[in-house]
Amino acid sequence: MLALERVTKEFGGFTAVADVDLRVEPGTIHAVIGPNGAGKTTLFNLISGVLPPTAGRLVFDGDDITGWRPDRITARGVARTFQTLRLFRSMTSIENVMIGTHCRSTGGFVAATARLPWRVGRGDRETIRRADELLDLVGLGGKRDTAADELTLVEQRRLEVARALATGPRLLLLDEPAAGMTPTEIKDANRLIQRIRQRGITVLLTEHHMSVVMEVSDRITVLNYGRKIAEGAPETVRRDPEVLAAYLGADT
Amino acid sequence: MIDQYTESVLVFLGINIVLALSLALPVSAGLLSLGQGGFMAIGAYTAAILTTWYGVPFPAAVGVSAVTAGLCGVAVGFPALRIRGVYLLILTMGFGEIVRIFFLNFEPTGAASGFGGIPQATTLGGVGVTVLVLLAFFAQLRDSRIGRAIEAVREDELAAEVMGIDLTRVKLAAFGIGAAIAGVGGALYAHHASFIDSAQFGFHRSGEIFIIVLFGGMGSFRGAVIGAVAVTLLPEILRVIQEWRMTFFGTLLVAMMIWRPWGLIGKPRPRLVPRVG
Repeated sequence: MLALERVTKEFGGFTAVADVDLRVEPGTIHAVIGPNGAGKTTLFNLISGVLPPTAGRLVFDGDDITGWRPDRITARGVARTFQTLRLFRSMTSIENVMIGTHCRSTGGFVAATARLPWRVGRGDRETIRRADELLDLVGLGGKRDTAADELTLVEQRRLEVARALATGPRLLLLDEPAAGMTPTEIKDANRLIQRIRQRGITVLLTEHHMSVVMEVSDRITVLNYGRKIAEGAPETVRRDPEVLAAYLGADT
Repeated sequence: MIDQYTESVLVFLGINIVLALSLALPVSAGLLSLGQGGFMAIGAYTAAILTTWYGVPFPAAVGVSAVTAGLCGVAVGFPALRIRGVYLLILTMGFGEIVRIFFLNFEPTGAASGFGGIPQATTLGGVGVTVLVLLAFFAQLRDSRIGRAIEAVREDELAAEVMGIDLTRVKLAAFGIGAAIAGVGGALYAHHASFIDSAQFGFHRSGEIFIIVLFGGMGSFRGAVIGAVAVTLLPEILRVIQEWRMTFFGTLLVAMMIWRPWGLIGKPRPRLVPRVG
């Protein structure tokens, strides 16, 4: 579904991602883990088109998407959330999700003008219905008309997921979906990730605590200093000596 | 009937509302401009040439000047895609000066001695209709797909792009349509004043339009309208304090920036999206 071929990203003299090969199989939940600064977020920025790679190739679903603008990659079927939360803060939850449907709906200035002001346009009706459905999916149905910056951190993370799902992705990138959460909240987040996979959406997520991703992931890739040091099923990766030394060893 | 003074004030009020709206649109996409006077000049001269020299009917001339100014807006908008904030202000300011100096030296339209004899085709009714049409356009825009996209771009450009919004199209459209509206304002102005010269569209004009939007509130088109009313009528009301009125007005602006940085109408509150069955 997604293939990274020898992808490298350098910032000046610093190599954030070095020569990474990665294959994400359709229908899987794939985790990229590594300590802080391992290059996980940079990797996501490369896949979503926010940053162009210095070298290497990115292929999604048969299309070479290297160097595409982010909006084009989103329209092609790759959506993402932000670890740092980049919601449209002064807008309500539902408006945030409605913006996510932008590339799956039509209507410009003409359509905006040519409608009766007291009626909701046909396209908008569909958008609102879809947005409400996604808010229910992430458990924010009751916060529909609350401004995004009045939501709690956990709710904001969920809203990010709903907004990303609204773009109609086939591959969803979740950047540390469990950051700052309590164990109970992490369980909820994992359940949500599994529900997303049941909808036929492939999930690629990052995390720096290995324990969080053990139960949800089918496959784990471990990064350290921008390099891939291990890959495989959770059990294999957990026992990998290099992972233990470089990553878990430093952690405990 | 209303006397000529009142009518003239109201026409200027209408034109200022049009100009304020011309800036409110790019501002709603996060694009600040100190060059609206330049687009206004392009509209004013285009319409004046058409009516005065070629006898084109006034409404048609207004339409052509809107298109001309709009195209110039798109052309200026291209470099504006990559820069923002203060740098964009300087770029648009430079554009405004280029337009002013062009008309200052362009012999066919009178250069420094100005362009006179323009038919006084702008009526209070005409200005009123223009304002109403624009207000309807902005009200419709707010709760539409493209209106939300524009707002998203202002709130967080990167997030908007990652949500699938084509930044280039949204920004160019907002800048271009804003320029077209400024062109309409210029055409109305030229056919009210009957005489135009380059100095009327210089930096002070662009600055005035900017202040109107700042004063009313950067968050919404309503703010632009309220700002236009305040900035047009206050100096008239303040005539009683004679030569001190501009000083008073300036002080008021400084006070506003300190105590109400979001403008007269304040920070916009989120709007409710209706439920559908």
